[in-house]
Amino acid sequence: MSSKSLRFLIFSGSRWKLLLRPASPRCGVLRCPGGEFVAGGGSLRLCCRLQQTASTTDGSSKTKVPQSPTWEPVSERQLPPVRLLGCPQISWIERLALVDFRNQEGVARLEKAIRFADQLHVVDTEGVEPMDSVLEDRQLYLQQDCVRGGNCAEQLLRTSRRTVEEYFVAPPGNIPLPERDERSSLLKNSEM
Amino acid sequence: MLGLTLREVALALREGKVSPTELCQRCLHFIRKTKFLNAYVTVTEEIALKQAEQAEKRFLKGETLGPLDGIPIAVKDNFSTASIQTTCASQMLKGYIPPFNATVVQKLLDQGAVLMGKTNLDEFAMGSGSTDTIFGPVRNPWGYSRQYQERCAQNPEDTKDSSDWLITGGSSGGSAASVASLTCFASLGSDTGGSTRNPAANCGVVGLKPTYGLLSRHGLIPLVNSMDVPGILTRSVHDAATVLGVLGGHDPKDSTTVPEPFKPFSLPDEIDVRNVCVGIPREYHAPGLSKEILAHWTKAAELFEKAGARVVEVSLPHTQHSIVCYHVLCTAEVASNMARFDGLEYGHRSTIDSSTEVMYASTRHEGFNDVVRGRILSGNYFLLKQNYDRYFVKAQKVRRLISNDFMKVFSSGVDVLLTPTTLSDASRYSEFIKEDNRTRSAQEDIFTQCANMAGLPAVTLPVALSERNLPISLQFIGQGFREKNLLTVAKWYEQQVKFPLIEFQDVADHVSEFPKKTKSASAS
Repeated sequence: MSSKSLRFLIFSGSRWKLLLRPASPRCGVLRCPGGEFVAGGGSLRLCCRLQQTASTTDGSSKTKVPQSPTWEPVSERQLPPVRLLGCPQISWIERLALVDFRNQEGVARLEKAIRFADQLHVVDTEGVEPMDSVLEDRQLYLQQDCVRGGNCAEQLLRTSRRTVEEYFVAPPGNIPLPERDERSSLLKNSEM
Repeated sequence: MLGLTLREVALALREGKVSPTELCQRCLHFIRKTKFLNAYVTVTEEIALKQAEQAEKRFLKGETLGPLDGIPIAVKDNFSTASIQTTCASQMLKGYIPPFNATVVQKLLDQGAVLMGKTNLDEFAMGSGSTDTIFGPVRNPWGYSRQYQERCAQNPEDTKDSSDWLITGGSSGGSAASVASLTCFASLGSDTGGSTRNPAANCGVVGLKPTYGLLSRHGLIPLVNSMDVPGILTRSVHDAATVLGVLGGHDPKDSTTVPEPFKPFSLPDEIDVRNVCVGIPREYHAPGLSKEILAHWTKAAELFEKAGARVVEVSLPHTQHSIVCYHVLCTAEVASNMARFDGLEYGHRSTIDSSTEVMYASTRHEGFNDVVRGRILSGNYFLLKQNYDRYFVKAQKVRRLISNDFMKVFSSGVDVLLTPTTLSDASRYSEFIKEDNRTRSAQEDIFTQCANMAGLPAVTLPVALSERNLPISLQFIGQGFREKNLLTVAKWYEQQVKFPLIEFQDVADHVSEFPKKTKSASAS
């Protein structure tokens, strides 16, 4: 049996009545032989007789569907300290992404998103390997190294707004992105 | 005629009761009548009529291509379609005309399907309402149904808001609306975190998310490479299996499709669920689940039990953290995938071009909306060197825990899991927009994104009408590459619940009965 706190149910009409519902139910499919005393969290002691867990509804029929929410709330105390974004960080992210926050609302949205993601830290991932792909246990298919198709330069060039002969045209490179203030005024003038 | 399922209309075509051209014209006519739904971005009228004509020639010769020959279908506007504008509902790709067809689109066309048009979606498939699109939000056909309007009339306190329309859910809202509004018989969506199943649930249609790696993603403009799959929306489970049979299989152009041969299957009409084990994951009773959906979920479990199936309560302990994990992984991959939009080779290009970097920055400033930019910036934050381990790698570890949860449950003898699809029935637009896109996605995708994290197949089907006379749906999640089992169980349940067809109030009155035609008459 799991050493984590167990969830106990009642069969109405049975000899054993539910005294208290444990505060944090977490369990897998329970296998509990009949008539045994089972320890719960702390001072909770309940008897249960069941093959599978079940929740009662109106007491007359057993349903396997939990009738109340089973999520545990995550409190602020469990999360790491709040991270706010400073100007250098904002500028750095804009430079990396080549996308601007546009206004303070955009920054606030990111801060909220970070806070939401902070909830990950309550999960224990000790000894767990990261998962890149759900197909990780399979051999990745590789094509034969031979030319198939292609020869459609004209078609591909047609999708670009600016080309010269068989070239896509880019503005001059090796010019660093302007500082944030200059960028903002540049973007204000751009077409929307 | 338009209210038939794909299977029924295919039979009507084979029996000569209707010709492909007439069917196509009827659908086009109805698309024009239902323009207010804003389900379509591009209606490919000429192409559709040409395809229907070719299908008609094949029917006359008796040389049909398969079960989809002559059937009107729609495709979400993030699948590349040769010579047809593919916009992803974004300024960035407005006017972009791909030079090739996505593999799944090509497969449909090779089977003779008639393409009605490209459907509306949230910009770049980011969203759960089909409201953040440059073409305007998509409206739920059920909001205009006789069933819903009668309910509104009975409740005077609701009538003051009855002009406020209902959302379809997203991001494949246009695809779901096109099938639900009877303008086509099947449509393609994409499913990254529930983008096919969420609008299917709100619009009362069947939404299938196949196993990751079964269908090719070549030509599907990518959002999250490790979770995206093309999704199928139809009016019945049998139709979904038919379309899956056409689309499944290895594609040399997509190395994430599994090389094992795929055998199309048909579902039996007589189904016995006595050997089936249905799992009810307890963590799927999330806070905010409506009482109605809970009641139907409970009833469904009881129905399976009465029919002799084994119904067990199971646990997927990391469900609660799945949405957070999804949020991090999704934004990280989005940041990478959206990097291709720089204005050089395709799509929008800014006129400001003092340097390459300035041109890129202003192109992306002009081309992306707040939602897309927000996700790119979040993704870049989580991928910063100092945050990489704490957020991105951590999320990948949690993803493995979630995937392991599913594996444990399925290896304990469970065949399918039965869960809700959404927290409640379709919301009103005015309610929906009270929160921002990220918050809404976190709420709407709660039950659907777990299947994407683990790469498992899932199907949602409408089971009943709510108190507001709107569709309520439930979801079945199956084992990887076992779509046949999953859809068989879903079909059995569909046969038990007999969900009613939508009754379009004013619109329905104008859809007259099809004239019956015999094969000999059309051949002369």
